[in-house]
Amino acid sequence: MNVLHSRLKTTQDLEKLREQLRKNREEKSTYLAVCGDTGCAVWGSKTVKNFSQECLEKKGLAGTIGLKFTGCLGLCESGPVVIVFPQEIFYQKVQEDDVEEIIEKTVLKGEVIERLLYNDPVTGEKYIYARDIPFYKKQQRTLLASNWKNDPTSIEDYLALDGYEAFEQALTKMTPREIIAEVKNSLLRGRGGAGFPTGAKWEECYEVHADQKYIICNADEGDPGAFMDRSLLEGNPHSVLEGLIIGGYAIGAREGIVYIRAEYPTAVAKVRLAIAQAEELGLLGENILGSGFNFKVSVSIGAGAFVCGETSALVASVEGRVGEPRQKPPHLAERGYLNKPTVINNVESLANIPYIIRHGAVSYCLTGTEKSKGTKIFSLVGKVLNTGLVEVPLGMTLREIIFEIGGGIKNGKQFKAVQTGGPSGGCLPASLLDSPTDFEELSAAGSMMGSGGMIVMDEETCMVDIARYFLRFLEDESCGRCFSCREGISRMLEMVEDITRGESSPGQLDLLRELAHVVKDSSLCGLGQTAANPVLATIRYFEDEYLAHILEKRCPAGVCRELIQFSINEELCQGCGLCLKKCPGEAIRGEKKQPHAILGDKCTKCGICLETCKYNAVLKS
Amino acid sequence: MEERTKTDLENLKKQNGSSVVSLLQEVQEKYNYLPEELLREIAKERNIPLMDIYSVATFYKAFSLSPKGKHKVVTCSGTACHVRGSEKVTREISRTLGIESGHTTEDGLYSLENVSCLGACALAPLVVIDGEYHGSMTSAKILEILNGHTAGKKENGCCCHDQGKKENDCRQVSLPRA
Amino acid sequence: MLNLTLNGLEISVEKGTTLLEAAKFYGMEIPTLCSDEALSPYGACRLCLVEIGTGNHSRLVSSCTYPAREGLTVRTHTERVVQARKLLLELYLATCPSSKTIQDMASKLGVTKVRFKQKHEECILCGLCVRMCAEQMQGKAIGFVKRGIKRRITAPFAKKSEDCRLCGGCMYICPACQARCQGPQEKSPICNACLNLSAPCLDYFEEAMCYMDPCVACELGTGRKAKAQS
Repeated sequence: MNVLHSRLKTTQDLEKLREQLRKNREEKSTYLAVCGDTGCAVWGSKTVKNFSQECLEKKGLAGTIGLKFTGCLGLCESGPVVIVFPQEIFYQKVQEDDVEEIIEKTVLKGEVIERLLYNDPVTGEKYIYARDIPFYKKQQRTLLASNWKNDPTSIEDYLALDGYEAFEQALTKMTPREIIAEVKNSLLRGRGGAGFPTGAKWEECYEVHADQKYIICNADEGDPGAFMDRSLLEGNPHSVLEGLIIGGYAIGAREGIVYIRAEYPTAVAKVRLAIAQAEELGLLGENILGSGFNFKVSVSIGAGAFVCGETSALVASVEGRVGEPRQKPPHLAERGYLNKPTVINNVESLANIPYIIRHGAVSYCLTGTEKSKGTKIFSLVGKVLNTGLVEVPLGMTLREIIFEIGGGIKNGKQFKAVQTGGPSGGCLPASLLDSPTDFEELSAAGSMMGSGGMIVMDEETCMVDIARYFLRFLEDESCGRCFSCREGISRMLEMVEDITRGESSPGQLDLLRELAHVVKDSSLCGLGQTAANPVLATIRYFEDEYLAHILEKRCPAGVCRELIQFSINEELCQGCGLCLKKCPGEAIRGEKKQPHAILGDKCTKCGICLETCKYNAVLKS
Repeated sequence: MEERTKTDLENLKKQNGSSVVSLLQEVQEKYNYLPEELLREIAKERNIPLMDIYSVATFYKAFSLSPKGKHKVVTCSGTACHVRGSEKVTREISRTLGIESGHTTEDGLYSLENVSCLGACALAPLVVIDGEYHGSMTSAKILEILNGHTAGKKENGCCCHDQGKKENDCRQVSLPRA
Repeated sequence: MLNLTLNGLEISVEKGTTLLEAAKFYGMEIPTLCSDEALSPYGACRLCLVEIGTGNHSRLVSSCTYPAREGLTVRTHTERVVQARKLLLELYLATCPSSKTIQDMASKLGVTKVRFKQKHEECILCGLCVRMCAEQMQGKAIGFVKRGIKRRITAPFAKKSEDCRLCGGCMYICPACQARCQGPQEKSPICNACLNLSAPCLDYFEEAMCYMDPCVACELGTGRKAKAQS
């Protein structure tokens, strides 16, 4: 949509434009929403969208029936997802051959195409409407709701769906103090990980007098296995931008920066476009809507360093320096970007702001637990059936999220643990499935909320291996300044690797614990202070698994390479020779039609034989 | 000094405000690595200590001081990919190409990179070869793709179609450019 | 002036004083490997940890970087602090055993056993030399490169730096260089300490990669001469 708009000079101009856009939207209430998020894009949603476009044009329907290439629709596992509006009929795994039929039957005649419906693996039922699917039914999609209705490249869509209304309200009807009070009353807590109250952060910066202040949106989503922020920026960039502008107005900043990691090129493009659109309409720039408030926003791109998620390191990175954290105090509210008072908010925190301003803190507080209000977006991934992006009220139990929304574990395996909080978090066992997910509960259990990655693990995941995985990640991602963090992580890794190789002793486990506590206690920044969590949490809940490695030299999950062996069951082996052909190490011998055997000393334990065998004759022990 | 570096320097001089990180990002984007000579010139022109530039250039993962291979193989080692077995997949790639992560083959054809998360966890384990996403990888599947690739007979469509398209099999399509 | 409690003592210090400076002023000894009065605080060695706050909210911070704040409670030798210091020193010994400074400090705290695998690093990355060069000599000839466990101190591109004025300040201040110079290693441009007056460098390494080329010690010693004669 390339409608050229003139700059809006007053709030009346904005209202007039919004009315017009709403009317336009009503006239085109029938439309196809094709998910354009990375997951679905890889499954081929771009082709589906292009083909739909062609189809509509060919049939002369382009003027009456809309087509939106939206942000994440949630159920990544079943991509490409297409939803037909206004009925909200949900189609999954749509390919280009299906497009014409969808338009002919569903769009024009309202008929449902059975074949494309979602078949719930748990209930075995087919569902027509998205709202009925168990995956969506249990969720409370406050922030993600507009992803369905919104073309993220269109500010018109956002405006028609009440976008920038909160900003207008804040600008014309509220003082900065009132905005801060509202945010404080909403008890909104930072969604980036630590859960610091957003309102208090703003207030601290508001109180400081300075000629220039900055507000930075932290979109350096570095936790592996988390993609909430990417999906928000790609699916509804204006909501984050609106939150950022309101925050800037509240603290008295005239400049905002969106710091995005380079691994997210699409998000960068969408945010840049959103900024350009807001500038064109005069929602950014000088004298916004005639209020006298000036605000501009720029984009800064990360260069690949997990530690830059830490606020002082982030500032160093935006300034162009090495991303090393520094001692706080002084806090960023006193000395931040370019030594000026600065507030840094996470993407999801900012996306909550427009809702809070529009609906009020009281309404916001209806959702959540006593100390954790509102909803939280999680990326539910790993060995779970319904991989995807879910938004739930804070306080929902892990069981509800993993088993009711997520549909339980893949391939009928047993649940073992769920990892939250990224490299700073921990793994929680089945016994804690009924604990509610809020900031306090997760911390008390030895994990943390983190940014919202939720990785489900089954019986085939080795918890010692998971500890090793995170330590390896952190060994590389630590900035290396603190001796305790740099050397401590490396030594913890050394010890855990010994355990995975069966070269450890019970005394080493005690030393590992001792070291983990010291690393936690004596490091400078959040990265080092939480680096031991993956180790401590896995030892706490899965000590028997550690002991199996140490005492019995056995990896119960069959993951640790040094402790497993591959062999061929002679009775089951048909001598087809497939494994022999595929084995990259030439470690399999045998005559055609005769049982084969694996040569232990040559076997690299890649597991290809196990994957390729059609007769289940390859055993792992 | 070569002509090309001269014009680049002229361009770089124009953007006086930009930070060291964004300057290096531009150089990396253009040359696929950071040429030493150019960094030395930038230090002089912009009056920034060379040491500061060198520190930044070696700190961030996005920068490389040696040229990258013609084909880029990127493996995702996010937690979701890890629990679904990405390490085995990476090991096979590493063995096939004969290089460790972060290195380039001697003939300059392939470089192997390991990134912490691409945020497409539904496709785990994920391998990206020259911008093409390959989801739900296994050691066997990646070997076929790589062998096809190195033999120069990269087929159209998916590697695993011959085994019959199963649920969650690798479905491979190009990701739209941003 | 700011009022705070230091090991139970009511004290007052000027604004801008660090906890390490305050403790020193009041005669409390805190071990440290990376601080020097003439250089800016860096907080890398973590040995100067102190416990601030009380009860469940207390935590450990590096006293060299933490500024004194009004009403703060500081304890320099709690069990928690001493335990952390001892384990860190054990790690130092396991990493960089040849430094006399580290050995002395460890023995003072009663650290006599190393339970970790023994490594033989020459550098503890305290950054004193980097700050010496930048802050006192306005040099910036050396600095940190890479990150995490791969972090090193070197000159740009691991070559002799044009900014180096051969002042030797970096060697003077190094706490790990108290051991004899072992000569440059082929892969690293820094030979650590050329306090050894019969420097072997130029004899063995035709293209000496020492960033101090020509090395002060080598100049004084026999290395250069030997080369000239051959």
